[in-house]
Amino acid sequence: MRKKKEVPEINAASMADIAFLLLIFFLVTVTMDVDTGITRKLPPPVEDDSSVDFNQRNIFEVLVNSANMLLVEGKPGNLLTLTEDTKTFFLNPNNDPNLPEKKLERIELMGDIYVSKGVISLKNDRGTSYEMYIKVQNELTRAFQEMRDELSIEKFGTKYNNLVDPLKQEAIQAVIPIAISEAEPEDVGKTK
Amino acid sequence: MGRFKEKKSGGMPKISTASLPDIMFILLCFFMVSTTMRETTLIVKIRLPAASEVQKLERKNLVSFIYVGQPIKGTYGTESRIQLNDQFATIDDIQAFVATEREARDESDRRLMTTSIKADRDTRMGIVSDIKQELRKAGAFKINYSSRKTARLK
Repeated sequence: MRKKKEVPEINAASMADIAFLLLIFFLVTVTMDVDTGITRKLPPPVEDDSSVDFNQRNIFEVLVNSANMLLVEGKPGNLLTLTEDTKTFFLNPNNDPNLPEKKLERIELMGDIYVSKGVISLKNDRGTSYEMYIKVQNELTRAFQEMRDELSIEKFGTKYNNLVDPLKQEAIQAVIPIAISEAEPEDVGKTK
Repeated sequence: MGRFKEKKSGGMPKISTASLPDIMFILLCFFMVSTTMRETTLIVKIRLPAASEVQKLERKNLVSFIYVGQPIKGTYGTESRIQLNDQFATIDDIQAFVATEREARDESDRRLMTTSIKADRDTRMGIVSDIKQELRKAGAFKINYSSRKTARLK
């Protein structure tokens, strides 16, 4: 009988080191952070500059100047109260004649419901810093998010982001659209 | 004079390291799956602004990035510049950039494309507004202002 040829064993001790090196290479080249941000939808470009006629009471003016100062409805504003101010404006709980009109609309899953005609008009200067702009956008987004959450809890018993049914989400979106209109920035501060 | 005595038994048994490479490979696979590759080298300085109402960017392959900030190298000045892909660009390049990005995607996915604006927090709004105008003209309406998540203002 022939002697069985023995296969020499390969030393696998360095395999771990090789894998470890690969691991370190990946750790260095990848970015762990998830990209997050505020999502917005831009309006399509308009052909002629025919301004849509809005009733003054329906517009909530937010101005940010080149010194990053806020002017809300003609008065110096505060970033801390902006969310609350926006909500009170948009929802108009006491039917104040100076706050936006509401229209009774029939929306699926909701029945007849009052929909606010309010629009937030955000205007900034070319010199406004991006950080301030994001802060303002953030507060406005928060206002709309909170209003949607409140409505969603009232109607469906859960927060807006937890709604699974896209129809329910659409219904909420129909009642509270993110009505933020952005005007062309002005170059008042003359800062580049 | 002491005498060396060979140990027969009772010592520590050798731990088998045969499974170490496998453990390493599992770790490696985990990292490969859970992360994304850094694609562009930044040539502008970007410190993202902070916001509380942020949303996660889904479907990374449908996102194109526009970077705005001060050039990292001092020789390019301190004026905020736009970076597309790996190089500096001007405002007029944006429409072409959007067109190329759109061309590279599947036709069914094109309307889901998002443009993420990664701008430094000290950037002036003028340049960002210009970019937004160009994006509107190019038909890229979905945008995302990239920002870090923080606690909300109290």
